Amino acid sequence: MFEQESVVEKVKVVVFRLKDEEYGVEVDQVKSIERMESITRVPNTPSFVKGVINLRGVVIPVINLRSRFQMEEEEYTDSTRIVIVHVNEMEVGLIVDAALDVLDVPLDAIEPPPEVVGGVEAAYLRGMAKLEDRLLVLLNLDRVLSPEELKQVEQMEINQ
Amino acid sequence: MDMNQYLDVFIDEAREHLQALNDHLLALEDDMANISIVQDMFRSAHTLKGMSATMGYEDLASLTHDMENVLDAIRHEQLQVDSDIVDILFQSVDALEAMIQSIIDGGDGKHDVSAIVERLTAAIAGDAQPADEPGSEEPAGQTSSGPEINQYERTVLQQSVESGFNAYHIRVELRAGCILKAARAYMVFELLEKSGDIIKSVPAAEQIEQEQFETSFELVYISNEDEEWIHDLILQVSEVEKAIVAKIPAETWSSATDESEAKKTEKKKKSSSASEKKKPEHPPRAQNTAKKRVGGKTIRVNIERLDTLMNLFSEMVIDRGRLQQIAAELNHPDLADTVEHMNRISGNLQDLILNMRMEPVEQVFNRFPRMVRGLAKDLNKRVDLEMSGAETELDRTVIDEIGDPLVHLLRNAVDHGIEHPEEREKQGKSATGKIRLTAFHSGNDVFIEIVDDGRGIDPDKILNKAIEKGLVNAEKAENFSKQDIYQLMFASGFSTSETVSDVSGRGVGLDVVANKIQSLGGAVSIQSDIGKGTKFSIQLPLTLSIIAAMLIQVGREKYAIPLSSIIETAIYKKEDIRFVHGQPMIDFRGKVVPLISLSEIFSIPTEKDDQTFSVVVIRKGDQLAGLVVDSFIGQQEIVLKPLGKYLSHVFGIGGATILGDGQVALIIDCNALVKS
Repeated sequence: MFEQESVVEKVKVVVFRLKDEEYGVEVDQVKSIERMESITRVPNTPSFVKGVINLRGVVIPVINLRSRFQMEEEEYTDSTRIVIVHVNEMEVGLIVDAALDVLDVPLDAIEPPPEVVGGVEAAYLRGMAKLEDRLLVLLNLDRVLSPEELKQVEQMEINQ
Repeated sequence: MDMNQYLDVFIDEAREHLQALNDHLLALEDDMANISIVQDMFRSAHTLKGMSATMGYEDLASLTHDMENVLDAIRHEQLQVDSDIVDILFQSVDALEAMIQSIIDGGDGKHDVSAIVERLTAAIAGDAQPADEPGSEEPAGQTSSGPEINQYERTVLQQSVESGFNAYHIRVELRAGCILKAARAYMVFELLEKSGDIIKSVPAAEQIEQEQFETSFELVYISNEDEEWIHDLILQVSEVEKAIVAKIPAETWSSATDESEAKKTEKKKKSSSASEKKKPEHPPRAQNTAKKRVGGKTIRVNIERLDTLMNLFSEMVIDRGRLQQIAAELNHPDLADTVEHMNRISGNLQDLILNMRMEPVEQVFNRFPRMVRGLAKDLNKRVDLEMSGAETELDRTVIDEIGDPLVHLLRNAVDHGIEHPEEREKQGKSATGKIRLTAFHSGNDVFIEIVDDGRGIDPDKILNKAIEKGLVNAEKAENFSKQDIYQLMFASGFSTSETVSDVSGRGVGLDVVANKIQSLGGAVSIQSDIGKGTKFSIQLPLTLSIIAAMLIQVGREKYAIPLSSIIETAIYKKEDIRFVHGQPMIDFRGKVVPLISLSEIFSIPTEKDDQTFSVVVIRKGDQLAGLVVDSFIGQQEIVLKPLGKYLSHVFGIGGATILGDGQVALIIDCNALVKS
């Protein structure tokens, strides 16, 4: 007990699954986790933007994290969740395959990310956390959700 | 006492008085002989002074005090109004504005006013006898045994008695526990001034306003009413314990008028006639106070509360839609009745709430005459600003935001639009340029137009500039209409400061103007004739939060189109489509209107392939377009919601709304779809 309470700082993360990998975002950035609900498509947006939902009277954009990271999309299942995150005064819903749990990750367990993890470029990652039996990919949401990125992707898709 | 709670009220009122001073000054400039304007200004300055002193803003109080002295001298005809004096007064008002602004920004309202004060003092000294100064309300504060009457007052008294008035010495005692001493004293002053003139008060008026007196004060008063009447009048004010009214026997002051002063008295005869001059103005003053009382039945509400009210109501509108839908599905007559009734009531409630948020554009327009005057003076131009429709109402949010764009456009009009007087005369125009600022309602929109009769904008020069700046390529530009070219001026990157002198006209930051207006859900357009002038037309929505819209369906998606953009809905046959340069067009009331397929531009899969198709004819300014949709769902009040910051700029989409079934529907931004 005493040893655990020592100086090891921890960060609480919400863990979710994409394909067969586990990802984490800091719990402070997560507002809520919602079940899949009907999404209104917004035209003229990048393909990973799935549209907007009505979350208790507030209209919130939703993106599919799989296609955001260039993984192939799959049918939504019962376990599909929308993780509502709050970053830079923006609220965005992230569609993930499943929301798993909330974990304490000791800061010293976090390592800098390798170049590419499961197709996700290092720029979008905060690091990798090695826990006893699992490997967590920690996301850098500021980057994933930056408006400039959105514009760039939009431009790329138009050009294609 | 904690003054902070009064700060808002103070700022609001101070602004009103400053505005009044500004307006009156402008009027005075046109009609320098009109003393009644000065009366009004005096009153504003006086109130401002009292308020500032109470709030502890000494600089403000001292400047207004000096202004008041000048105004006082003018209204007593000791001082002639000329353009110098008007300028000094303008400067004083500017300084006052700066101080109020500093207070608004959380500052202490301190400002070095000594230079202006000096000029003000000099203005008085210049025309009036230094001995006459200080005017009526000078050092009397120290006197204890009845009011001492000085030279000036003596003359006034003499004059008024000669013309049949009576002079009275009045002592008013307030009840010992009186809390609002200053207010009671003020009420006494008000009452008395309705039927006479207060020559002097002990302590001086400003000390009384600051409650620097015990429970009694003394007045010298002239009136043609009798003692008893005056006595009863004063006792009408509550908390007045006692009023002693005594006629001042002529000897007490006339005896003091010795030979040596006779000459001075002679000189001042002119000024002392003020008391008679004032007489005819009493009826209008009484009217004024009556008007004030009617207008006084309002309360000030913090705008945030209105915003909250609006937001709460918006939530209710969504539920209202939901209830309507449920009632329709259940088909229960009682429920349907109740919902119908609730619908009507909430409709009224909505009108009321929206109405509460409406304010006349007057408060934005008010500052423009001053601004245009100053600008024209700086640029050595002569400009007449004509304003109309200032009573047109707009949502408070719009009012708050629209000021800057208008200032911008007006500045441009004076700076680049209106020519110098010589140049104008050469062209056979009147030397004085004219700028017309008009606001009016039209349907669900408010239009604000700025029209000048200046040199106009040369589209060729604009186009060249735009090509030079790389905003548009030359080949593409060949097909541009005049409108297209003018719209280039709103493009960001078009206007930098160096273009201003080259291009015959507008330049600086028109893109900022356009952005601001678009963010308010409006649009701006330009019409111009070279040599004749330019018109900027701003279209603004009446309100921002709840709008009437038409719901339409394309494929399986639902969209809302603001009614304000819709001209008509119509059904056309396939063979009605004509193609011009490959672009499908229809004939709408003799006009050829381009068709826009929503399923195409929003890439909506749709299998509809009938012989007829539905069209919503929309407009942006004068431009029309036909939106092809699958079907019309109906008209509905919708609550405008932003798409969220992440999707702030989506082409063709102006926002979202939540429908009765909880689904989100997107609102089509017609302005983006109609190519101008």
